[in-house]
Amino acid sequence: MYRYDDYDRALVIERVAQYRDQLQRNLAGELSDDEFRPLRLQNGLYIQRHAPMLRIAIPYGMLASRQLRKLADIARRYDREYGHFTTRQNLQLNWPKLEDTADILAELATVEMHAIQTSGNCIRNITTDPFAGVAPDEIVDPRPYCEVLRQWSTFHPEFAFLPRKFKIAVSGTVEDRAVTYAHDVGLQLYRDDQGEVLVRVIVGGGMGRTPILGSVIHDALPWRHLPTYLDAVLRVYNRYGRRDNAYKARIKILVKAIGAEEFARQVNEEWQLERDGIATVTDEELALAAAAFQDPDAPARPARDAGFDEKLASDRAFARWVSRCVRAHKRPGYRSVTLSLKPHGLPPGDITSAQMEAVADLADRYSFGELRVTHEQNLVLADVPLADLYALWQEARKHNLATPNIGLLTDMICCPGGDFCSLANAKSIPIAQAIQAEFDDLDYLYDIGDLELNISGCMNSCGHHHVGHIGILGVDKAGSEWYQVSIGGAQGNTTSLGDVIGPSFAADEVPGVVKKLIETYVEARTPEERFLDTVRRLGVAPFKARVYGESSKKAEVTHG
Amino acid sequence: MADLIRGEALAQDVWTWVKLPDSGEPVRKSAGKVVLFKLTGEPAAADDVIDRCEVPATGKVLIPLSVWLRRHEALAARMAAGEIGVWLDSHEEPAELADSLGGDLNRLPLIGVNFPKFIDGRGFSVGFILRNRYGYRNEMRALGDVLRDQMFFFRRTGFDAYLLRADQKPERCIAALKDFSTPYQTSTDGNVPVFRRRIGQKVPA
Repeated sequence: MYRYDDYDRALVIERVAQYRDQLQRNLAGELSDDEFRPLRLQNGLYIQRHAPMLRIAIPYGMLASRQLRKLADIARRYDREYGHFTTRQNLQLNWPKLEDTADILAELATVEMHAIQTSGNCIRNITTDPFAGVAPDEIVDPRPYCEVLRQWSTFHPEFAFLPRKFKIAVSGTVEDRAVTYAHDVGLQLYRDDQGEVLVRVIVGGGMGRTPILGSVIHDALPWRHLPTYLDAVLRVYNRYGRRDNAYKARIKILVKAIGAEEFARQVNEEWQLERDGIATVTDEELALAAAAFQDPDAPARPARDAGFDEKLASDRAFARWVSRCVRAHKRPGYRSVTLSLKPHGLPPGDITSAQMEAVADLADRYSFGELRVTHEQNLVLADVPLADLYALWQEARKHNLATPNIGLLTDMICCPGGDFCSLANAKSIPIAQAIQAEFDDLDYLYDIGDLELNISGCMNSCGHHHVGHIGILGVDKAGSEWYQVSIGGAQGNTTSLGDVIGPSFAADEVPGVVKKLIETYVEARTPEERFLDTVRRLGVAPFKARVYGESSKKAEVTHG
Repeated sequence: MADLIRGEALAQDVWTWVKLPDSGEPVRKSAGKVVLFKLTGEPAAADDVIDRCEVPATGKVLIPLSVWLRRHEALAARMAAGEIGVWLDSHEEPAELADSLGGDLNRLPLIGVNFPKFIDGRGFSVGFILRNRYGYRNEMRALGDVLRDQMFFFRRTGFDAYLLRADQKPERCIAALKDFSTPYQTSTDGNVPVFRRRIGQKVPA
């Protein structure tokens, strides 16, 4: 895990001082709300529906147990004893007081944390594979590169006031787990024949109002050029991205307007200015970053464990949990465990202070004091000995962290929605809860199998509905809340955007609609097909027919 | 009255900042690169508006790029006397200015870059380009919505003079030039990236 040195520490402390001054000026009326706004946003502070919301950065999703304990403590003292993990692998507090925010940031700084650039029109927290460093299919550990880019992007003097937010994701595995094609910039690390690390640079993907998959603008960028090349990407965007219309201001619109080829040409031209310059990363510098991400000093373990095998055979509930929440690890005798933050009936991604402390303890005891946040809003203990899985499971169960639903329908991605967010058109948490209630039978869930259901409360797509196998989007129609349903979206190596099945639904209709979609799949599937595969094979039509059926005419009339 | 900071100190401003007259309806036309017009749709001043722009007959004047481009022959003598500075709006192309000067921006003693709104960050890149692509070495002045909370970024991207918005307190803006002691990355300031500094620390002296 990356640890701060004096440079990092000084920057974070100076940032708190700067923010404290800005906050005080705002409270004293010297700094207008309009001018304070972008400044507070770049410190993670939104003014929300009920209260401010503070989004705390968790760089590339890596967290130490002592940091999680501090988050628990902050949530307890400054908020309502819970937090919400987001699809950018960050943590949001929903009820802090504006006047307390500088103190919260100061407390975060004591555990090498901050809320820098978690919002606003700047380069946001960089995300990556939550199984970085432990995944068996990993080609390149993305974390050192993420750290190099974290430092490059933090307070970048040229790019603090971009046309719009800018999100970067990095992946280094065979199976892309970082949604790199749906980011402003996606970086895929791989090796050439000589073992040199190269980067495939994907630009202009994104969700939101205009979902677009990104285009490759450089297929083989040597890694050491990442900062200078990204400077060039950002400079072209900063200068030519639209600023007259927030909906058309993302880089994807620029890339689409001038074409990926022309964009690549402009970037390449711009890049020559800095290429091979001082910001080119040296082997020694990368090694320094990589030193922070060495494997934990874990003893070698046998590949099999008799106790584990025995429990797996005798305890069905444990076996279920293992089948959904435990993943292979690159080292023999170890596994990665996902702790589900999607217990049925509670808001997806929420975690209480007590649970945070429990997870911190579990991390200390079973996984070298570290954990990761996934963009699916769960937590991962990455290095758990096989022999400890049963004990870990029992404890996780006590804290309601062992719902065996990872990758199943109820493991949904869900934004805070209209209950909290002032941007939302519609509520999303009650929809998630209603669907979980509809699919509360574990046997049925297992029969349905792998299914990603994503819910966003508005077009901003924080809930990644475009890439959900089933996507649900809250829309506003004449002041009331409706839900548009799409199917066939996917993340990963075959990323695709879902197709809307038809006119939208009222909130109470949504669980029934999902049920019909699932029934259609169950009836039509071949034995090896996931929901997504069946949709891809059959197209939207049979699903649409089932959902709208005879009432389709009526639906069109009533919902328009 | 707006204060001018040059370097790290309050300075006397001997330049008159000349702006285009209010044109009423801006005409949208291709300014600089075609892409600019197509994408950002920035208003470009019509020729008659540019022609109506009154440039003081004496003293040092900081004039709009569009005025300079249309009148540079008439202004040649004053240019030679060091009385002409040119400012770019945030969407304008440094290349146009460079072309009009045979590529040598250093013939100008002063270039201004306007920040029409503080959230419009294009000027930081314009500054970077003026310094790094065109090798401009003379005074580069931030104009417009020049606020203390941007000072650190102005300086790092290459600005060395700041015409503060009228409500700003100069002493606090000067202090804000040093908001952070050692930034992570490089920019026009040539800051050695922190990763390089860390390596340096490990090398015995």
